[in-house]
Amino acid sequence: MIVFRDVEKGFSGKEILKGFSLEVRDGETMAIIGYSGTGKSVALKHIVGLLAPFKGEVEVDGEIVHKLDRKGLRALRSKIGYVFQFAALFDSMTVEENIALGLQRQGLPAAKIAERIEESLLLVDLVGTEKRYPIQLSGGMRKRVGIARAIALRPKYILYDEPTTGLDPVTTAMMDLLMVRVKEKLGVTGIAVTHNMKSAFTIADRIAMLYDGKVRQVGTVEEIQKTHDHVVRQFIEGRPEAAAAEAADAGLQ
Amino acid sequence: MQQLIFQSIIEALRAVGRFWLFIHDFLLGLREVRIWASLLPGQMRRVGVNSLPIALFISLFIGIVLALLSRYIFTGSVPMYFVGTLVGKSIMMELGPVLTGLALAGRVGANIAAELGTMRVTEQVDALETLAYDTHSYLVVPRVLAATLMFPVIVTLAIAVGLVSGWLTSITLLELSTQDFIKGLRQFYEFKDIWFGLVKSTSFGAAIAFLGCMKGLTARGGAEGVGLATTQAVVAGAAMILVLDAFWAVLLL
Ligand SMILES: Nc1ncnc2c1ncn2[C@@H]1O[C@H](COP(=O)(O)OP(=O)(O)OP(=O)(O)O)[C@@H](O)[C@H]1O
Ligand SMILES: [Mg+2]
Repeated sequence: MIVFRDVEKGFSGKEILKGFSLEVRDGETMAIIGYSGTGKSVALKHIVGLLAPFKGEVEVDGEIVHKLDRKGLRALRSKIGYVFQFAALFDSMTVEENIALGLQRQGLPAAKIAERIEESLLLVDLVGTEKRYPIQLSGGMRKRVGIARAIALRPKYILYDEPTTGLDPVTTAMMDLLMVRVKEKLGVTGIAVTHNMKSAFTIADRIAMLYDGKVRQVGTVEEIQKTHDHVVRQFIEGRPEAAAAEAADAGLQ
Repeated sequence: MQQLIFQSIIEALRAVGRFWLFIHDFLLGLREVRIWASLLPGQMRRVGVNSLPIALFISLFIGIVLALLSRYIFTGSVPMYFVGTLVGKSIMMELGPVLTGLALAGRVGANIAAELGTMRVTEQVDALETLAYDTHSYLVVPRVLAATLMFPVIVTLAIAVGLVSGWLTSITLLELSTQDFIKGLRQFYEFKDIWFGLVKSTSFGAAIAFLGCMKGLTARGGAEGVGLATTQAVVAGAAMILVLDAFWAVLLL
């Protein structure tokens, strides 16, 4: 279980998270939606200890992330797969080396690693790119390699930071399906940050909207679809005039 | 004004704190031998390939100039075989290590800072950490050790080339005999002449790589941040070489 408790975080005087609280239960997929720049990626980074909160805490499986020592942090990270917003592939390594790196850290034998690489590339439909370098791939392909790198680890949790932004509609639908399959087959608990409401409705059990540094509303897909909260409505319906007003409200313009 | 001074003191203390924290993490990283040992040979090769041509190029010309310079100084006052003494001592003890070091601050230091800086701003460093690797044992330790081990080797080769070019200049342009050149070289030779230069170059290698890693890993923003980090690594590396040079002279001469 992943629990955010009143997390506050900012950068150089600018507050981003202002008392962010959210509970992600084991086995579910939580979608986090919200305007660009509201701190969704920042929130995700707290889970793996890449960022530490000013106030509040993030708890994963009963442990407070920012209080873990090196060993504890390493143990925590090895059960979490992280799909970065901009893929963050190691550009000095080939696709297969990218995927292998985390598996080597887990101490898997070479044969097993090769098997996992093949398997996860098959899942993201990128068989044949093993020997290519990230620079030789399209943006969408890189993103999928990022997903493959996380899935290959067979983690308990997967954090997807905008896994489908920038992909074409068909590939997006394919990735949505993949995330659902990963959850069902491997029993992975997931958090997916997304702007794409169709994706959110497909992959998520529950959806939380981050707004002005806090969770504006959290609920099942159905609850969110039927919400009366005007901020959430505006966001999921994508009405530009309302969105612009809200963005101005949030100090984003 | 008072506030300005106060702020700069705080900032300086912070910098010192960051420096010690970096050293601390580096030492912890050293303990994970299994991680860095496999990466060390590749980094050593890289340092060598990057630096040998320029190091040898520089020392070739220093040898020539020193020989001509000593003729100019000694003509009419000191026996000409002292050319060998001056060329030998100054290349081995000062010019070989320092000039090579300065050139390599630009080559190796910049290279490390740019690489790690790019990895930092593209979140590759974060990705590495989420795969349960330690930044220091995976990235910093192999680079610092490689530079520390390779610098004395490179400087030794540079010294050899400088001596040969000084000798060739002496017998062709100065009409000095080989015997005389060698006589001068051996006249006041002490073993310390050699090891003093090598101790210095070892410390230069460590300092350059260390500063390169530190600046690179603290790069912020995008391409501009990486550029800034790279420049800072070169400037700091060069300054550090001069400081260390004086330090060793005071301590050992
Ligand atoms: N390391 C950092 N240093 C300084 N500011 C940061 C850092 N990381 C994030 N920010 C700032 O925090 C804010 C929130 O960033 P974040 O990336 O979390 O937004 P987001 O909700 O993920 O947006 P998007 O949907 O566009 O990805 C932004 O204003 C960003 O500039
Ligand atoms: Mg983001």
